Amino acid sequence: MILVWLILIPFIGGLLSWQAERYSRGLPRWIALLTMVSVLGTSIWLWATGDYSITGTGFAAAAGQTPSWTIEFQAQWIPSIGASFHLGLDGLSLLLVVLTNLIGVLAIACSWKEIERNVGFFHLNLLWNLGGVVGIFLALDMFLFFFFWEMMLVPMFFLIALWGHNIPGGKGRVYAAIKFFIYTQASGFLMLVSILAMVFLHQQATGKLSFDYHDLLNTPMGAQVEWWLMLGFFGAFAVKMPVVPFHTWLPDAHGQAPTAGSVDLAGILLKTAAYGLLRFGIPFFPHASAAFAPVAMWLGVVGIIYGAVVAFSQTDIKRFVAYTSISHMGFIVIGIYAGTEQALQGVVVQMIAHGLSAGALFILCGEIYERLHTRDISKMGGLWSRFPNLPPILLFFSAASLGLPGLGNFVGEFLILVGSFDAAPVVTIIAASGLILAAVYSLYLVQRALHGAPQPLPEGVQLNKQGLLKDLSKRELVMMLSLMALLMGLGLYPQIVMDTAKAPVQAVQTIYKAATTPSVVAVTGANP
Amino acid sequence: MTSVQLWALLPLLIATASIVATMLAIAVYRHHRFCASVTVGGMNLALIAVVYDLITGDNLAVPITGLMTVDAAARFGMVLILVTTLGVLTLCHAYFEGYKRNREEIYLLIGLGTLGALTLACATHTATLLVGIELLSLPMVAGVAYSMDERRAIEGGIKYLILSAAASAALFFGVALIYAHIGSLDLSAMSQALSAASLDQPLVLAGAAMMIAGLGFKLSLVPFHQWTPDVYESAPTPITAYLATVSKLGVFVVVLRLFHYGSSPISPLILTALVGLAVASMLVGSLLALRQNNLKRLLAYSSIAHFGYLTIVLAVPGDESLRAAGVYLATYLVTSLGVFGVMALVSSPMGERDAEHIDDYRGLFWRRPYLTSILTAMLLSLAGIPLTAGFIGKFAVISAGVGAAQWLLVGSLIVSSAISIYYYLRIVSALFSAVAAGSERVSEPMGWAQSFGGLMLVVAMIVMLWLGVYPQPLYLLSGQLAQH
Repeated sequence: MILVWLILIPFIGGLLSWQAERYSRGLPRWIALLTMVSVLGTSIWLWATGDYSITGTGFAAAAGQTPSWTIEFQAQWIPSIGASFHLGLDGLSLLLVVLTNLIGVLAIACSWKEIERNVGFFHLNLLWNLGGVVGIFLALDMFLFFFFWEMMLVPMFFLIALWGHNIPGGKGRVYAAIKFFIYTQASGFLMLVSILAMVFLHQQATGKLSFDYHDLLNTPMGAQVEWWLMLGFFGAFAVKMPVVPFHTWLPDAHGQAPTAGSVDLAGILLKTAAYGLLRFGIPFFPHASAAFAPVAMWLGVVGIIYGAVVAFSQTDIKRFVAYTSISHMGFIVIGIYAGTEQALQGVVVQMIAHGLSAGALFILCGEIYERLHTRDISKMGGLWSRFPNLPPILLFFSAASLGLPGLGNFVGEFLILVGSFDAAPVVTIIAASGLILAAVYSLYLVQRALHGAPQPLPEGVQLNKQGLLKDLSKRELVMMLSLMALLMGLGLYPQIVMDTAKAPVQAVQTIYKAATTPSVVAVTGANP
Repeated sequence: MTSVQLWALLPLLIATASIVATMLAIAVYRHHRFCASVTVGGMNLALIAVVYDLITGDNLAVPITGLMTVDAAARFGMVLILVTTLGVLTLCHAYFEGYKRNREEIYLLIGLGTLGALTLACATHTATLLVGIELLSLPMVAGVAYSMDERRAIEGGIKYLILSAAASAALFFGVALIYAHIGSLDLSAMSQALSAASLDQPLVLAGAAMMIAGLGFKLSLVPFHQWTPDVYESAPTPITAYLATVSKLGVFVVVLRLFHYGSSPISPLILTALVGLAVASMLVGSLLALRQNNLKRLLAYSSIAHFGYLTIVLAVPGDESLRAAGVYLATYLVTSLGVFGVMALVSSPMGERDAEHIDDYRGLFWRRPYLTSILTAMLLSLAGIPLTAGFIGKFAVISAGVGAAQWLLVGSLIVSSAISIYYYLRIVSALFSAVAAGSERVSEPMGWAQSFGGLMLVVAMIVMLWLGVYPQPLYLLSGQLAQH
């Protein structure tokens, strides 16, 4: 039941803060913050007290095992179509739920001063989006999963369309919001078709109509069918991840979104795709995924290089961070399809590290914009002499983004590369060059934005008495310092995360390994 | 006539009686609210009669003189028809309150149309089909042209009259051709002939083609759709709602009897034609809606696309697809009623012209937050987003298509719904677009005449969300469509 509350509390909190706007403008913020802090607390408590050495991921691969989850909840929902309200929590979902709730708290904190219009409705959308994402991470019923997958788009649409920025030269926030929506919705329907086809195949084989994860894992299917269905899932996840060439919605969406929207988008929405691949994409279709791995890994490499090169040429600081996200997500694609335990552990660490570092960078972008009223990097220059605290923090997160040892991103990328080398040496070698490119663009950003002679201030910006711009407030400093501490913690002692993720990661790796070993393919092929 | 037959026929009898009562009421005491209550009361009684039958009876098929059969499918159709009619009547009351000329006849027209739709739901003979279809279309001609002093209304009415007469003519010529081959006017015999149609039966094929054209016109499937946007635009908003819901619903029940209830699967030739119609409707409907700035025309094109989605179930044999049809129809009805309902309330009291241009809706959220929230939810439901009923409907149809491996249809649906997102979200973003500072949070007052309409919308909203979150009862109820 506690899993249901993890999803429900944000929804209820959203409704409350929507209505609270009648009474005061500050109340919605406090209600929203309280809501997210309470679910964050709950999820951390679950982490501290639960036993995460078990997982139901792909249990069918290991014969004789019954599916068991750290916490599981199942209730009847729509028996006519075989859908039930089935939730399950294991180490992987727990980590992502904690990340989601943490990012949620930050998103509320960072929009404390930024959002002035419709504060209540804003927090309704933000909290519903977060609740939907938590639902994605917990759902064990494919109908329910799809339900949350599509549902959380609407609040995100509103966040971008109503509170976004209309940057000069851009096509406007409504355009960006609709583009984001169409991309993800259309690709989502591809996944729905795959899910349905799998359900019908399962029904033909067993006579049982079910959308349940455990049932569908056993779906017998021919090699060609498996290939097509795998592509349906991959399509949906590739758009969300995003994998080049399906990425074009991301820079637009980030460019126009409000800070909280960007933090949310980069911090967690992109991770839903990686989670989907780990939980569903590979366990459902191990053979097709293994066959598809070279293509996917090369797409990952293209993403790494392309994202890095295009990021280098951006002048808008938010689009810059958006393209670096594409580059970092490329590593995750490679890690997932390499399928070794090290690489998969790297994927998990990278997901969290990127969620934290990209979230922090977007918050910094928002803070710079609040003070300078511009996001154009070429108009920044010399910020080091204008603020005491903001520049070193930006330097810290740029360094994290380039993979400085000691910070979480380094651990993630290093593990992915080490783990992938055996599986695909050429891909790994080229992908490793992404680290150099990351150093180039990150240092270039630092150099252009922070160093050099101070640029003339944009119109309407005033210096204070000390000749400085208004520095980070206490609220912003607390946010930044806690993110820095978390990233360093993850970089210096990632073992906590890796222990938690161990069981699901090993399960995925076992499935994948079984599929790539030819003899096993022959055996399963003989007994469909 | 046995008592069982009379009981089964009771809803139609009550509907007929309420029409007569409305007529008399208008003659005796011309009062808007009074006449409206008479019709609404009658329709409520008819609804109670059907629901009573549905709950207590063993839901047997009761044949009546070979012309009609009241079976589970008919009862399901009648429930949907009556509920939607009641919704439209509520809208009429709010909408016509400010109308200067005679307002009361609109209830008579809607009552007659509903009687036609009820007849269609029970029809098992082409004679009943004829009566039902004409009874459904002719009052609507008057309904479309209701504000007679407007040039646009008259134009729309005449357009609908001529085109719908032509469509009926085509339909019945098709019936005649098939009759020439099989020698029976029974719908089940027609259905047999349609499922056995082959290339060496030119009469049946030509007849089937003409019937599809006629019925396709009534359901506004591409390429028989051209009348839809014009007529929708010129009709008063509640009548547009009626055309988009009840009048298509009645026809669709007959279409199911003709093309789906046969004992053998439909003939491949006709299947191809239906698939073609469905694909064309989905794609053309969505594409043409893209450039519309008039909300009624946009919804007309979107309803074309929506009936394209629904046509998928005709291409899929089996009871599951009938259930999908039931689910889809119910979700579509409640959603359409909601959208048109908000439009009617925003347009009311009836001014120079309805609020139908997208500019009329820009920033509506700041003036009418509740109506706008309902409209937003309804538009998202039309787009098929989870948490709303529209998602369940679309899911049911996709699942029918995937189950029968109709990949062309499923693919078109995906493309069409991706396109449709654009125009629905365009309206949604217009609703919330910023207006000049200072005019924010100025709610326009809601007069009492509108409060019934408002209540209906709130109920529609709750039903819509309920169906979206917990559709199990709807799935069970829709099983009725499969019992024939």
